[in-house]
Amino acid sequence: MNFIDTHLLSLILFVPALAAVIILFLPNGENRVFRWFAFGASFIPFVLSLLVWFRFDANQSGFQFEEIYVWYEAIGSSLHLGVDGLSLTMVLLTTILTPLSILASFSITDRVKAYMILFLLLETGMLGVFMALDLLIFFVFWEVGLVPMYFLINQWGSANRNYASLKFLIYTMGGSLGLLLGIQLLGVLFNTYDLQIITAQWSTYTEDIAGIPASTFKTVAFWAFVIAFAIKVPVWPFHTWLPDAHTEAPTAGSMILAGVLLKLGAYGFLRLILPLYPEQARVFAGALAVLATAAIVFGAFASYAQTDFKRLVAYSSVNHMGFVVLGIAAAGLASGTPDAHIALNGAILQMFNHGLSAAGMFFLVGVIYERTHTRNLNEFGGLFPLVPVYGGILIFTSMASLGLPGLNGFVSEFLVVRGAWPILPVYTAIAMLGLLFTGAYILKGIKMVLHGPLNEHWAPAGGEHKLTEINTREILVMVPLMALILWIGIWPAWILDVINKAVVRLF
Amino acid sequence: MATELLIWLIPLPPVLAFFLIVLLTNRNKALSHTVGVGAAFLSWLGSMVVFVRALGVEHLGEHPFVSSVTWLPLGETTDTYFDIGILVDPTGAAVLFFVAWTIFMIFLYSVGYQNFGQPKGDHDQAGLPPHGATVEEHGHRHRVPSVEPMYSRFFAFLGLFAFGMYVLVLSDNLLTLFVGWEIMGLCSYLLIGFWYAKPSAREAGVKAFMTTRVGDVFMLLGVAYLYSATGTLSFREIFTEGVLHTLATVPSGVLGLSAAGLIGLLLFIGAVGKSAQFPLHVWLPDAMEGPTPVSAMIHAATMVSAGVYLVIRMFPLISLDPTTMAIVAFIGAFTALFSATIAVAQNDIKRVLAYSTISQLGFMIAALGIGAYVAAAFHLITHAFFKALLFLGSGSVIHGMEHGVLHTGDHKVDPQDMFNMGGLRKKMPITFWTFLIGGFALSGFPVLTAGFWSKDEILADAFGHGHWAVFITLAVAAFLTAFYTMRQITLTFLGEPRTKEAEHAQETPWTMTVPLVVLAFFAVTAGWVGIPEHFPALGGLIPNWFHEFVGGTLAEHPEAVEFSIWPLLTSLFVALGGLGLGWLVYRNVKTPAEDRLQIPVLKNKYYFDEIYDYLFVKPAYWFAETVIYKFMDQGVIDGFLHSFGPVTDRFGSAIRNYFDLPVINRFFGDGSANVTYWFGGKLRVVQTGRIQQYLMFALVVFIAVGAALYFFLLA
Repeated sequence: MNFIDTHLLSLILFVPALAAVIILFLPNGENRVFRWFAFGASFIPFVLSLLVWFRFDANQSGFQFEEIYVWYEAIGSSLHLGVDGLSLTMVLLTTILTPLSILASFSITDRVKAYMILFLLLETGMLGVFMALDLLIFFVFWEVGLVPMYFLINQWGSANRNYASLKFLIYTMGGSLGLLLGIQLLGVLFNTYDLQIITAQWSTYTEDIAGIPASTFKTVAFWAFVIAFAIKVPVWPFHTWLPDAHTEAPTAGSMILAGVLLKLGAYGFLRLILPLYPEQARVFAGALAVLATAAIVFGAFASYAQTDFKRLVAYSSVNHMGFVVLGIAAAGLASGTPDAHIALNGAILQMFNHGLSAAGMFFLVGVIYERTHTRNLNEFGGLFPLVPVYGGILIFTSMASLGLPGLNGFVSEFLVVRGAWPILPVYTAIAMLGLLFTGAYILKGIKMVLHGPLNEHWAPAGGEHKLTEINTREILVMVPLMALILWIGIWPAWILDVINKAVVRLF
Repeated sequence: MATELLIWLIPLPPVLAFFLIVLLTNRNKALSHTVGVGAAFLSWLGSMVVFVRALGVEHLGEHPFVSSVTWLPLGETTDTYFDIGILVDPTGAAVLFFVAWTIFMIFLYSVGYQNFGQPKGDHDQAGLPPHGATVEEHGHRHRVPSVEPMYSRFFAFLGLFAFGMYVLVLSDNLLTLFVGWEIMGLCSYLLIGFWYAKPSAREAGVKAFMTTRVGDVFMLLGVAYLYSATGTLSFREIFTEGVLHTLATVPSGVLGLSAAGLIGLLLFIGAVGKSAQFPLHVWLPDAMEGPTPVSAMIHAATMVSAGVYLVIRMFPLISLDPTTMAIVAFIGAFTALFSATIAVAQNDIKRVLAYSTISQLGFMIAALGIGAYVAAAFHLITHAFFKALLFLGSGSVIHGMEHGVLHTGDHKVDPQDMFNMGGLRKKMPITFWTFLIGGFALSGFPVLTAGFWSKDEILADAFGHGHWAVFITLAVAAFLTAFYTMRQITLTFLGEPRTKEAEHAQETPWTMTVPLVVLAFFAVTAGWVGIPEHFPALGGLIPNWFHEFVGGTLAEHPEAVEFSIWPLLTSLFVALGGLGLGWLVYRNVKTPAEDRLQIPVLKNKYYFDEIYDYLFVKPAYWFAETVIYKFMDQGVIDGFLHSFGPVTDRFGSAIRNYFDLPVINRFFGDGSANVTYWFGGKLRVVQTGRIQQYLMFALVVFIAVGAALYFFLLA
């Protein structure tokens, strides 16, 4: 027991990777074994992170459950893990979504073993980013997450998967280059990669570096960081990899992509950019706000224009994540004010909320795709009477995505708007156009899939429905998501309290 | 039970009913409606208890029922929260009264309207209105109405709707008010599009949601603005002298409005969407696609009232800025007249009522714009009763007509077209008499009906405070109201049946007629609580309780307007004149061709749907698809990205073709190899194998190196 208590974070982090290795040595053949083993293994981090969540003391400042191990002593990098209110929220999101995604993948029949191994490695990669308190470790995990996702899209994706996976990989790697250079610069400068030390010194660093004024250096490094994270979020105009990757990825891949991977980018903004470059974040807040507003508005419009159901949902991520960046931009401009704190509360909660609703939406698209083998909205129509339970769940999840009050999305979007309004009134006002069209594309999706006259192609023939209702396993994937969506919508205090205390202390 | 706790509990039964029906009782129709109607009854009961207790509190305006809990932990310190809670002040209590009654009646009515107890339809399917069933009785077959296939679901949605309205009315802050507001928005979408397989219903649902959402996003900005300007959204904290004074004096930087003015305007735009005021009125007539109880729910009792209720709630804030008030008054008055003119030319019995609703809401908005707070609240309440009555009455008429249609089997006859009716007073006496009461109340029939007292008070206020433009506009609108109401009554109930279907129309079951009678009772009596003190003969007999009670909500008790005979005469003239003229013109009209008011521009609602489609809907889709998606994302951004491929490819080829191959391979790689080879070939001749020759070479090299060393180092 004692071992578990003192190694909680590293257990959460490495249990999935360990499980992946074990699966590698399991005898081939029995798909059921791989599925259940992977599902069970991904449940351990979930239980452990619940343990961390309940033991976490929100009133205590700094990082908790810290662990530090020697890793690369020569250059001053160590395996330093720890969580605060910000990262713990994201860890919880990851450990909730991964088992659900694995459960959602039970319908995969092709090379299940390899699939599950990649999926578990992916979880370790993502968790590592959220827990890392060492810049080099941060970067390592940042890249580690990329590889399994590339193969998941490339091997288990749909028709256009080669293009999509390549675009995803090259785009993200392109962004990583600047990030790596920036991290190296900091490492060389301070002879350590420890995040806490660097943050304390770099944010107030004013000496020239190699004859170049620190401010110039910082500006360049700031943008290197921003572009890396902006691609991942994704912020307009770096977003076009997203609709391709999300659309082509297998269902569970899209769930994790939208649910967690996008949050890595936003997390980078919060963990690294705002603390490391407060000055630059203030100076360039306007530019960020422009991009965020563009993401919100253009994302909504582009989503509205889609005829592919999955692409429609994919573009909705651009729209929703725009609110996260808008909150971050506002906080960068007015750091330290109550307004900024409210905006960041909204941004972080929006990250969590979008994780739930986007994962749910992608899963539901997958459910209908598995049955109809089409994602073309024009080929659906009037399916509601055939699949009433599915329809009800789809409307519920769509409404969460739409930001209906009473469900989770509203709380976070309202907080972002509330926080950003006094700081960036014009951008917030323009963003409302995006909010309006959020309604347009969500209703378009429901209208084209469920409502209207029944498309005869799916009509019940010979007393048997061609289209089968959502099954128990699939409902089980949705129930936790829907419960959380409703719970946060009605009583967000349990999670917002942790977020708020972290935000007030950090920013 | 403590009143505050009771108030907390009022909204819960309907939402529990929603979850119960959706999750458990969905398959059992009787159980579902028992749960639904039972929940509505519990909420009604709670509301009545609260209402009675509220009457017993002296100075309720200063000491309302309040209670709050912490909700969002947002503070800079650990124990500061954003609080939410409940509030029942005089206005809230009065609104709660009518909301509870109308909702309960609508639930009860729905049992009959959705044909509970009737057999399953022959070809009915979920998503379409029931088409009727064939039954065999005494050896011969005949057609009877069939039960709604999604009967349980209907009650679930109604429950959620009721929950939204109760939350809205009982909230002590703008945020939870907005929550209730949007939940109703969702339910209106679901219920208008209840028969979702009909393309028209599907479009109408989306249209209602999107049009009101235009207002909602402005409202959300207003809420955010108010919150950041004052640090709170609680009504009681905002409506204090200090806060209001600050808001009124701080400039907003937009259009020269004060902060209060801009916040008020933003919130008002929300109300414009929800209460279907010009220019966001277009959704409401289409919303008639929903089942009729829904129309009553949305267009009388709850949703459209929500917009006016918001303006009433925020009146202390909105009234701070004269510019905002002028806009409110203008929009209201214009809408009142504008939609009354459209109503004159409609033939669908429900559409007439729809435009009439828009018009009457315009009356209330206009009243608020000229500062007639009490009059607006009064009209809101009386209107809710008589308009719910009229909608349910029209549903009853339609139901009766459908019976006739089933009897004749001619499904081409539109049971909602008033020109297919006539003479229904004999077939459906209860519906007729209650509809007559509702219609007269709507027209403002003097003294007897509630509509007279509330409409008269609005006109008196406009007159008394010298708002001539508003006064004249509303008077004309009131005249048209009486006119089209009488047209409707005449075409529907009077004269002789014009079709076989009308001849075979039948009175509806008690679940439908009882609500009509109850609502008719209020359509008469609800006005008596607000008789002006100096009204000839009647004034003073019953104290003007409404003014005292509701007026007490405001910090500064509003003065009752001084009595004047002119607005009263105007009221009398427009009501009686309109009714009389309507009867005179339409008593002999048999077909639409004989109706001289079927003017295309009115029939087509001034072409607003077409104009909006052309100006907004189509361009928005074009912009989304062609500009944003195809041009920007796929063309410019992806085009730019894709150009990297060929550029990198070419760069790579260039490096290979012009550097790797010639320089590295040929020169260094092949070149060095060739040179070595060549050199080896040349040197081969010296590899003779003879020792003497090697020694000779060695000697020569030794001498040459020695000479070189000597030359460079020693010399």
